[in-house]
Amino acid sequence: METTSPVERLLRGIAITLVCLFFMFPIVWIVLMSFQTNETILRVPPSVIFAPTLENYTALITGKLETQAGTLDIDFMGNLWNSLFLSTASVAIGLILGVPAAYAFARLKFRGSEDIAFTLLSFRFAPPLLVLLPLTIYFQQLGLANTYGGLIWVYQLIVLPLILWIVRGYFEDIPADIEYAYRIAGHDFWSTFRRIALPLAGPGIAAAGLLSFIFAWNNFVFALVLASADKQPVTVGALAFVTASGIQYGQVAAGIVLSIAPTFALALYAQRYLVEGLSLGAVKG
Amino acid sequence: MTTAATDQPRRRRFRVSRRVLPYLLSLPALLTCIGILIPFLTAVIYSLQRYRLSQPWARKFNWGENYLNFFTDPAFWNTLKVSVTYAFLTVTVELLLGLGIALLLQKRNRTNNFISIMLLMPLMTAPALAALMWKLMTNPGFGILSYFATLLGIQDFNWASDPQTAMLTVVIVDVWVYTPFIMILLLAGLRSLPPQPFEAAALDGVPRWFVFWRITLPMLTPFLLTATLFRVIESIQQFDIIYAMTQGGPGDTLTVFQVEAYLNFFQSTNVGRSAALLMILWAITYVLSNIFIKNWLRLREKQRGNA
Repeated sequence: METTSPVERLLRGIAITLVCLFFMFPIVWIVLMSFQTNETILRVPPSVIFAPTLENYTALITGKLETQAGTLDIDFMGNLWNSLFLSTASVAIGLILGVPAAYAFARLKFRGSEDIAFTLLSFRFAPPLLVLLPLTIYFQQLGLANTYGGLIWVYQLIVLPLILWIVRGYFEDIPADIEYAYRIAGHDFWSTFRRIALPLAGPGIAAAGLLSFIFAWNNFVFALVLASADKQPVTVGALAFVTASGIQYGQVAAGIVLSIAPTFALALYAQRYLVEGLSLGAVKG
Repeated sequence: MTTAATDQPRRRRFRVSRRVLPYLLSLPALLTCIGILIPFLTAVIYSLQRYRLSQPWARKFNWGENYLNFFTDPAFWNTLKVSVTYAFLTVTVELLLGLGIALLLQKRNRTNNFISIMLLMPLMTAPALAALMWKLMTNPGFGILSYFATLLGIQDFNWASDPQTAMLTVVIVDVWVYTPFIMILLLAGLRSLPPQPFEAAALDGVPRWFVFWRITLPMLTPFLLTATLFRVIESIQQFDIIYAMTQGGPGDTLTVFQVEAYLNFFQSTNVGRSAALLMILWAITYVLSNIFIKNWLRLREKQRGNA
């Protein structure tokens, strides 16, 4: 029905190409850089023709960085491990705390439930430093400064609101009648929750878990303020690494590639959940 | 008779637990978050005190003095100006670009779906790491973008290290990261619009620009509003990109609220001023987020009605 002229199709094609170029070029370029030695990176004019090398990655993985001043020990793998551990543990705890609460908000309307849900959601929009700066002082007094436990607790600020609101939406979409039928058949509350509600909200729980993992992984400011070098995730570690390694640009690029690869893989794997999760369930994907 | 007897206690137990249950279920999550309310209240107190980490003995309440000082403090007005400029520029560009891309990819087919998934990748990149990527690309020595600039005849284009172009550079990084968010939201919005008005307009031979201004745009408004508010709230609080790129520099060119508060706390150790700055930022975001949440809940209800 809709007729498109060749000129229009050409213009659309050009526009889409430009868009893809702008959004994809930085990623492609950094990946290319990560396989180059400093000599080929510093060539003028830059060129995409080079003999690829894995030495940047081996340097990062073995933790031995060759610089002009000698060998430098870097613990980038430690940063990667911290990212993985902090994000996984935060999401696991977030799900344990958040899913029952989401069910309570969705199914058992109780006094003040809307207000509480509203307050929890508004945490997501408050300036993080407002909480973090006083916390630096409290954490020192409580002995939580630079501990995984303290960080995981603070990470709940990112993880919990996301889980609560996405999972709540999924619980609300399950017809309550199914649960009532199961209850009337003589099962108690917990088995109804476990056998009926949880499996039916499964996709929502998976979506919330994957998304909050990505958000936790990408977080920067929490660990910048509360963690020292040995507990830092890749986002903060990469910044320190740039300063430490000086002009080892190939290794910096390789570090960036290793740090963004996990979230990219997860995003591709879970793409169908992304839309809804990103808009906190405002739009069905 | 026997069934009634066994039913009785069970029902009573059920009624008691029924009242406590929701609190029991949500209590752990609440307790975790209430721990967060304490630092928030502490921040309120800090903001009313003369408190420098370097002079702990001189710590005392000065009530509204930190706030009153802002009126005559050019650094504060600079922070406000930079934050608002940053939020305005990023959200405007992202909105226009995001809408454009969403319209280009509106039709559901394999190519468009593939492109829209690829375009999500910048959004999956940690903003701090995105800033590092762009820092490598805009390096004056070997950065590919600096090289492109010389090809265009601009010598010594210094990107983030030049006060003239620092704002432009961080805005580009923000646009790179967050445009896909607006794009994906508007794309979902566009695809959820009912087809009838468009079919009717096509039958009547209504010009395309007229359809866009009079049908598409008005019907898309709730989505545009949600996306805009959400981005404004996040953008006015931006920290990661600016801190990773320039740490607020050069000079005070990019000292947005959170960066300025961070530097006040850790470099000048002026806790009172830092907390007061964050309280003002919190007040701004609180108002915006209340409007946003109401708006978003309404949109969600409507979408559910459609589905």
